[in-house]
Amino acid sequence: MAEEDETQGSELSDKQKREIAKWFLLNSPAGEIQYVARDVRSVLNDDNVYNTAVSEAFPLYNKSHLICLKMPDRSGDVLITPFSEINENEYLDPRTAQVARVDHVKQVCTEVRPASDEELPSPYIEDYRCVLDAELMKYVGEAYPKGVHSVYCVRGKDVEEPGSDFELVVVISAARHSPQNFCNGSWRSIWNVEFKDDLQIVDVRGRIQVGAHYFEEGNVQLDAKHECKDSTIFQSADDSAISLTNIIRHHETEYLAALQASYSNLPDSTFKDLRRKLPVTRTLFPWHNTMQFSLTRDITKELGIGK
Amino acid sequence: MEAAMGLMRRIPPNQTETALSALLSLMPEHSSDLLSQVDQPLQVLCDVDSGKEFILCEYNRDADSYRSPWSNKYHPALEDGPCPSLELRKLEIEANEVFAVYRDQYYEGGISSVYMWEDENEGFVACFLIKKDGSKSGHGRRGYLQEGAWDAIHVIEVGPEEEGMAHYCLTSTVMLSLTTNNESSGTFNLSGSIRRQMNTDLSVADGHLCNMGKMIEELEGKLRNSLDQVYFGKTKEMVCTLRPPAELVEMRLPDS
Repeated sequence: MAEEDETQGSELSDKQKREIAKWFLLNSPAGEIQYVARDVRSVLNDDNVYNTAVSEAFPLYNKSHLICLKMPDRSGDVLITPFSEINENEYLDPRTAQVARVDHVKQVCTEVRPASDEELPSPYIEDYRCVLDAELMKYVGEAYPKGVHSVYCVRGKDVEEPGSDFELVVVISAARHSPQNFCNGSWRSIWNVEFKDDLQIVDVRGRIQVGAHYFEEGNVQLDAKHECKDSTIFQSADDSAISLTNIIRHHETEYLAALQASYSNLPDSTFKDLRRKLPVTRTLFPWHNTMQFSLTRDITKELGIGK
Repeated sequence: MEAAMGLMRRIPPNQTETALSALLSLMPEHSSDLLSQVDQPLQVLCDVDSGKEFILCEYNRDADSYRSPWSNKYHPALEDGPCPSLELRKLEIEANEVFAVYRDQYYEGGISSVYMWEDENEGFVACFLIKKDGSKSGHGRRGYLQEGAWDAIHVIEVGPEEEGMAHYCLTSTVMLSLTTNNESSGTFNLSGSIRRQMNTDLSVADGHLCNMGKMIEELEGKLRNSLDQVYFGKTKEMVCTLRPPAELVEMRLPDS
């Protein structure tokens, strides 16, 4: 963002305008990129620049926000993630073994096709993936009223039998958009699950990001991030699914408790370091009697004990 | 301009400066509107005469120089920068002294500046500014905050005196950002910006400073309270809607 400084007077190049437009689009709060796009379009007043900017920014935004789109044949939802990307406009839904074609800018899924064999994992991997997906279904259904999840194989999808490493990624995405209440928010978790055959352990790495935006006569945003690690032993597909789901449930529950603790610390401790509710004197400021301040100052000055 | 203001309502408040400079470069023809309508984090300069810091804003700026409320001089020096009349300057000096005490009592640190100038209709305008760095490394006494910024801007228009009364119109803006960071809860950032207005007619018998001070204290308290209770509360509610805490799940609350 350095290039837009001190350029007043000289015209911005189209490239600079596009970069600025992309910056606004990528900084849109959860669920608000369409509104931002509308305003960016009118500020730019140049549809060529606008179209290039949206075509570059929307795919990045959709993938990083893990947005969820309805598949047209009512076969369910597909998550737009970096892990399910086959090419920029095609995303794998492993549960239904389908590939969804998406229009990033409109944020809709236009058609689906069956996934080819090369796009799907081997039966051995699919067994691990599928039971973990099913086990998580119960947890996500209970914990997130509007939660959607998916499990992808990101490494070793062609492994046919025990003896090799592979890696799954669990994505949980829950978004809530209520513009009529001036409030939007999203919860995104990404869990990398590495099955290490030689060590017979499974390493788990989680990244959770929670955002909320409240904008009735103001603009207030929460941006919270957390990372954690855990591990378990390499077991059968069924047993792994149960212990991995327990690990994820445990860490996400703990994190929610930590978030609530951060909120409850606000009024009495955290916020106090910015501004107190009442002055140190615990009474309202004596505006009627401010002479005392000037008086003491004059005395300190006269006595020469001031700074 | 409407679209630009629309963007400012959605961009994360801790990105205000970047967003404003981006808009200024995209729409240079609207620069004066943008600078007067978009509040941005306050900047500080050191007065070379008094060694004290003062706050910069549109109201003490002339060309590229800013007038210090302590020495009444422009920094960098400016030959004929506008200054308030002698009488108003007296009130400005007093307001700066008293407001510094007010600031210290509520903020336990921070920087404040008050600027006044005559307006066209025989009244005057005063601008009370406060900047506080509440982080561990700044003026945060309790050391809870990794990062903590509070900027308060109070602009008050005082109408001409009529039969012992004057009309006061106060517009207050608070911008803040606070971040806590620890092992178990990760990074937790709340940032926000809200603005409110307050209008009232008061007897000038108590003095302008007393009247303005009380209004500012009241509105600043209200803004702090709404941020704390309403705005932060709404974001917390949103988190609990996304993932209801266990005790709520057990109660099986209907979907709201």
